[in-house]
Amino acid sequence: MRYLPLDASDRALMLARVGAADIDALFSDIPADKRLSALLDMPGSMSELEVERALTTMAARNVAAGSVPFFLGAGAYRHHIPASVDHLIQRSEFLTSYTPYQPEIAQGTLQALFEFQTQVAALTGMEVANASMYDGSTACAEAMLMAHRLTRRKKAVLSGGLHPQYSDVAATLAEMAGDEIVRMSLDVRASEDIGAEIDDSTSCVIVQTPDFFGNLRDLAPIAAAAHAKGALLVAVFTEAVSLGAVRSPGEMGADIVVGEGQSIGNALNFGGPYLGLFAAHLKHVRQMPGRLAGETLDADGRRSFVLTLSTREQHIRREKATSNICTNSGLCALAFSIHLTLLGEAGLRRLARVNHAHAVDLAERLGAIGGVSMLNETFFNEFTIRTPRNARALVEDLASRGVIGGLPVSRLAPDAGLDDLLVVAATELNSAADRAAYAAALAQCL
Amino acid sequence: MNIQGRPTRPTQASPARRGSFTGNRALDMEEALIFETGRLDASGVDIEHPAPFASRLGGHARAGEIGLPGLTEPEAVRHYVRLSRNNYSIDAGLYPLGSCTMKHNPRLNEKMARLPGFCDVHPLQPISTVQGALELIDTLARKLLTMTGMSAVAMSPKAGAHGELCGMMAIKAAIAARGEEKTRNVVLVPDSAHGTNPASAALIGFSVRAVPAGADGVVSAQSVRAALGPDVAAIMLTNPNTCGLFERDIVGIADAMHEAGAYFYCDGANFNAVVGKTRPGDLGVDAMHINLHKTFSTPHGGGGPGAGPVVFSERLASFAPVPFVVSGGEALGLVEHAGDSRAFGRMSAFHGQMGMFVRALAFILSHGADGLRQASEDAVLAANYVRASLGDLMSAPFGERTCMHEVLFDDRWLKDSGLTTLDFAKAMIDEGYHPMTVYFPLVVHGAMLIEPTESESKASLDLFIMTLRDLAMSALAGERERFVDAPLDAPRRRLDETRAARQPILRWTKPAPA
Repeated sequence: MRYLPLDASDRALMLARVGAADIDALFSDIPADKRLSALLDMPGSMSELEVERALTTMAARNVAAGSVPFFLGAGAYRHHIPASVDHLIQRSEFLTSYTPYQPEIAQGTLQALFEFQTQVAALTGMEVANASMYDGSTACAEAMLMAHRLTRRKKAVLSGGLHPQYSDVAATLAEMAGDEIVRMSLDVRASEDIGAEIDDSTSCVIVQTPDFFGNLRDLAPIAAAAHAKGALLVAVFTEAVSLGAVRSPGEMGADIVVGEGQSIGNALNFGGPYLGLFAAHLKHVRQMPGRLAGETLDADGRRSFVLTLSTREQHIRREKATSNICTNSGLCALAFSIHLTLLGEAGLRRLARVNHAHAVDLAERLGAIGGVSMLNETFFNEFTIRTPRNARALVEDLASRGVIGGLPVSRLAPDAGLDDLLVVAATELNSAADRAAYAAALAQCL
Repeated sequence: MNIQGRPTRPTQASPARRGSFTGNRALDMEEALIFETGRLDASGVDIEHPAPFASRLGGHARAGEIGLPGLTEPEAVRHYVRLSRNNYSIDAGLYPLGSCTMKHNPRLNEKMARLPGFCDVHPLQPISTVQGALELIDTLARKLLTMTGMSAVAMSPKAGAHGELCGMMAIKAAIAARGEEKTRNVVLVPDSAHGTNPASAALIGFSVRAVPAGADGVVSAQSVRAALGPDVAAIMLTNPNTCGLFERDIVGIADAMHEAGAYFYCDGANFNAVVGKTRPGDLGVDAMHINLHKTFSTPHGGGGPGAGPVVFSERLASFAPVPFVVSGGEALGLVEHAGDSRAFGRMSAFHGQMGMFVRALAFILSHGADGLRQASEDAVLAANYVRASLGDLMSAPFGERTCMHEVLFDDRWLKDSGLTTLDFAKAMIDEGYHPMTVYFPLVVHGAMLIEPTESESKASLDLFIMTLRDLAMSALAGERERFVDAPLDAPRRRLDETRAARQPILRWTKPAPA
């Protein structure tokens, strides 16, 4: 087996040193009647070529997003990733290292995390960011728990503009923990009055912008309403590129900002691994979940970086930790950070502008089709249209014509009575020809 | 100092390092932060300028500077390559971190995960366009069930701790379905457990009751029975445990839990020791997460991403969360909503760590039934080889007994040297090795937990053993300077962790103008 360096003579010599008669003697603590005598019921080892054939066949049964005009977002966005990003994250020293527990020989990871934290803080308009969470949805649920700890209250109010699966994740955790949760009904046009739901027992309101339907929301009045009742505002975003064009949640008064970082530096990957971003005020840092890289000095007085404030974490504090998180999304954070460094401020702003321009163009094309109505007043690179057909059937029809046309809202919210709504995204990757092809296919399907 | 006397700041002034103009020493190079070298107007990405259009941002457009420096591509590549060179990695050397399973990461797995049919597929594409992705998840799920002898699997948890949370949620849901959620709220956790176990249980309102391990390092069914009561929901037990020992009373423990109406959660972080040797389902386990990034070698990536699918026994199978793949005639389907079922909810958006699934399946297919068993056997053999080769110099807390995939030493043998476990670990760095896991598990003073994995050749193991013997003899001979100043030759000397925690600097800030 190509991955196993020991051969039969090595094993015999090693067993002799150990003083074991045979390999099974080393497994004698397993109850005898529970030891497997036969091999597992699966095929034997395969060559690299055989594995490659098997998996390539499987992969070929999927429609790759890049092979068709593609307009799906809804929490995961297809953007161009510079070739150097994927090359750099595959450097052995990044790819095959562990969590940087021995900082003297992990400064590469630690400095990259320190830079990442600074980038995320800048992007979100917050003072401090952690070294990443699993993804946006779990970061959102952890933000809810952090708000509960900070306010010593147990009720979260979730906006109807929050991604439905983010709401599901938060609701699952709240139900299990016995905390109260208020889910506002899906709010297609950003018209809810969430401030009216906040009372003296509310720990936090959780609001997404751009929201699930693509609307841009002004968080400032919500922050004011929350703060007036001693509650916190948790701001959520699922499209990090939007922060190159729209006001940051920090500017609008958010107390905790969480989001999905996939769209910078990370591929779609059918939903994972992704990158949870988590930022807050410095005064709240001791209630933050997750790892933090910090600056210090080494014995020679040189600037160095190390994981710090770990007394918040499970390996020290156990059941009193701020979270159970251990492994996070280190390599995805690195990809994000490299891509953002390549973009820089100027590049991110240009990228965001192109995204917005493409979405505006697409909205105009689709809105011009008879029977289709555009529901957003404002948007960044994603918006919602009402169609005269069931959107789920429509999307399958579009797929059969070679166009991935967006997300039928009913897929994530089957009981909301919104079967005719389609959430559509455009990025820099959609050409004018793609957008024209979509409009033509949609017109044919109606 | 931490509670075990582990020093957290350098204790002695160090011998002077020979200076250089740049601060570099040949291939060991200093690298500034991007915030010190980048420019707001520099970019390594060329982006088109769109034709004029009417903005739909409303009043939400961003004004003012964000503060994100850019680098051109050559500068960025150099920056990250230079950073990378300050990291140790499994590709560069033996990485004996106990409980972390730093085995070889096959590059085939990276290549497969990057097939456009896997990496360039959106989680919410129409189901008809993702049949291969569902097939991959379903295939991996079935392999995990075959290896564990369990009934169902939740694929969505994103890492080990997330899997623990998932498993404990299923247990909570099962207890609630019996109407006992008010009365059963205690989870038994041995002191040797990973910190994630009590943290996961506490997140959803369980209180934690410690169960002691015996002098032999394992938990007895008797001590579990003594801790059991009608208030107990479950036990969380790592097997093989964090001392590297197989919990030989495991069947008795499972029986005790079940007789008391409680569940058995097994932390499967160390499943890599027993794949193909025994099946958790046969041992009475009700739920267990599998760290794909450990057992099946999806790379650790400097701290993630991982993946932590959870397998369930028949008792808990119906409570598994959404989503899951179902076969419906010729095509595969995906259940994304709990509906009227007993599924307890949802762990995360979308369907789990697909990129990790591809890598894990490539690893499993490559090894096959024979290779998987051989890998477990080689890992256990390697750990015992290290144990037998060092046991005369270093003290083992549980005596001469056989270990599984990792071997645990304590610091009694260092007592007269005045050196600590940390000193010994840092001296390993100067010898070109990543240290073992130190000060974990907490139940053993000055713990040194060594997991060599199946990826090392005998020559590599022999050199590692000879190095540790040389260091140990040096420590016992009182050659303190080899330890207390270590590491001398790493990119950094020991760091002041106390300073980092007391005066936290968690981001770069623009220096005030002089």
